[in-house]
Amino acid sequence: MTSVLVKDLTLQFGALTVLDNLNIDIPEGEFLVLLGASGCGKSTLLNCIAGLLDVTDGEIHINDRNVTWEEPSGRGIGMVFQSYALYPQMTVEGNLSFGLKNARMPKAEIKQRVARAAEILQIEPLLHRKPAALSGGQRQRVAIGRALVRDVDVFLFDEPLSNLDAKLRADLRVEIKRLHHSLKNTMIYVTHDQVEAMTLADRIAIMKSGLIQQLDTPTEIYNRPINKYVAGFIGSPEINFFKGEIEGTEFVTEGHRFSLQGYEFEKPTTSGSAWLGVRPEHIMTGPAAKGLAVTTQAEVEIVEPMGSDTLAWAKLGGMSVRIRMDGQAAVKTGDQITIGFDPARASLFDTDTELRL
Amino acid sequence: MAEALTPRGPKPRRRFSRTNIMLYGTLIVFALYYALPLYVMIVTSLKGMPEIRMGNIFSPPVEVTFQPWVKAWAEACTGINCEGLSRGFGNSVKILIPSLILSIAIASVNGYALANWRFKGSEVFFTILIIGAFIPYQVMLYPLVIILRELGLYGSVWGLVLVHTVFGMPILTLLFRNYFTSVPEELFKAARVDGAGFWGIYFRIMLPMSLPIFVVAMILQVTGIWNDFLFGVIYTKPAHYPMTVQLNNIVNSVQGVKEYNVNMAATLLTGLVPLIIYFASGKLFVRGIAAGAVKG
Repeated sequence: MTSVLVKDLTLQFGALTVLDNLNIDIPEGEFLVLLGASGCGKSTLLNCIAGLLDVTDGEIHINDRNVTWEEPSGRGIGMVFQSYALYPQMTVEGNLSFGLKNARMPKAEIKQRVARAAEILQIEPLLHRKPAALSGGQRQRVAIGRALVRDVDVFLFDEPLSNLDAKLRADLRVEIKRLHHSLKNTMIYVTHDQVEAMTLADRIAIMKSGLIQQLDTPTEIYNRPINKYVAGFIGSPEINFFKGEIEGTEFVTEGHRFSLQGYEFEKPTTSGSAWLGVRPEHIMTGPAAKGLAVTTQAEVEIVEPMGSDTLAWAKLGGMSVRIRMDGQAAVKTGDQITIGFDPARASLFDTDTELRL
Repeated sequence: MAEALTPRGPKPRRRFSRTNIMLYGTLIVFALYYALPLYVMIVTSLKGMPEIRMGNIFSPPVEVTFQPWVKAWAEACTGINCEGLSRGFGNSVKILIPSLILSIAIASVNGYALANWRFKGSEVFFTILIIGAFIPYQVMLYPLVIILRELGLYGSVWGLVLVHTVFGMPILTLLFRNYFTSVPEELFKAARVDGAGFWGIYFRIMLPMSLPIFVVAMILQVTGIWNDFLFGVIYTKPAHYPMTVQLNNIVNSVQGVKEYNVNMAATLLTGLVPLIIYFASGKLFVRGIAAGAVKG
């Protein structure tokens, strides 16, 4: 069953088109992440779904009901904001019950729902505190609780973890995932952090200048990015791009000939200029590189040891290549190393359209 | 040359450096400049007339008397009635309270609407309102007399209340709009998702957060309305004259001897209300800001 349906959504501020004829169909219980750089329209899209922005054109359906003209409170959504947006003058309990009081719910039921939400989020000892007396993580939990008590069908998260420090962010990320597993609600989550997107999402929608570039599972997006932008956006460290020509079953770049044996073309291609994208973690070194379809020699330029793994920059002709190596790899600047990759894991993009070949 | 010290801990500072002497010297001169007239007024108001005639305006009173204060408050004459300033005080309070409540209530809702509920033409509306603040009062004096006459409010306290409310609107609306604009937008969005409407958000989210700006608005309005002379004299009848107008009448009515001590006492009495507001709400003001600084 469709939970959220966005149909031909367009939003313009004056002459500026922020969202352009967008269509998304989100099945019930799905965790959809809207991912993109700042200014790509992802938060705007979320605000449109929430009803906080009037759309220029198009429809929004939630649970098979056209809610395009509904007030935010009448759409069956709960929203969690980046700045938490807790009401500073109310206690945690007041914050949680505000929406229910507005809906004129009986006192006994409000109490019961607040208690349940507090239990799920483990914020019971905090109920009588003011937001100012809470830590960042606790505040965000209360903010999630405010959506939880309203017993809504769809949860909207607007960069909820961006204001937290790295460790807390990782903890709360897991908690949100756990929450999704137990509640099984539809969740739409906006972020610019690809780790959050990859770990949380059932599907990711990558957005750029008001358009969805690719809407697919994290695995598909990582392995088979639909265009050069998506390939460059997903993955850290960033994917290596080589500009060159396809010649039969080979890719020629600056004098190097890479075999394309095993690469699955979208449609058979044997010529034309293209970008070859190879992820740093797919480049093997040393003995592991030996058996691969593409092997070559490179000189190590810079080594960045990070403990869990080591990032090396190697010179391949005039090009610089990022290679992700084992954390214990003993390499130093100036070393000659053997590198290689499997073309089946690489990506080819047309230089003109930047689409996947 | 003193023995060389190892630099450690706070750097020693000279208390009587040239900059400090310049700085404090200037400050003291200016403080005296502003405090002296007040001192002369207080001292004079506590002297009897014979002492004043001796001419030492800076000397403290030899014989302290509160008679001038009593006279200024209850006995001084303006024309035929000799009730002192007390009647003017009553009138001023009757003018101040409704003007204060009305103007702040309307302006805060205005500011809230302009900051959070942008409607078509809201910017134009706001611009027109602000331009209103720059039009000289003199231009509007006579038209307002006619408007009040047509409304049947001319000469009454309510007419003056209306005038004060209208003239306070541009600056107060600007004040409230700017304050509400600084409230995080997400708070407003969260309240909308929680099902609060225009008034729900105003009364239950915005108002409790806005004590400081209400105190600022109150200080502005109380001093402005209390010190107003022009509107008071134009739009009311002698029976409703505010304290300032009455003060003027007392000080300027020449009948025999000019009683400087009574005049000084009357002036101080008239200035007392804004003064008290400053002292009393100063604390509230600071506390309000401190409470508002703790963002949720």
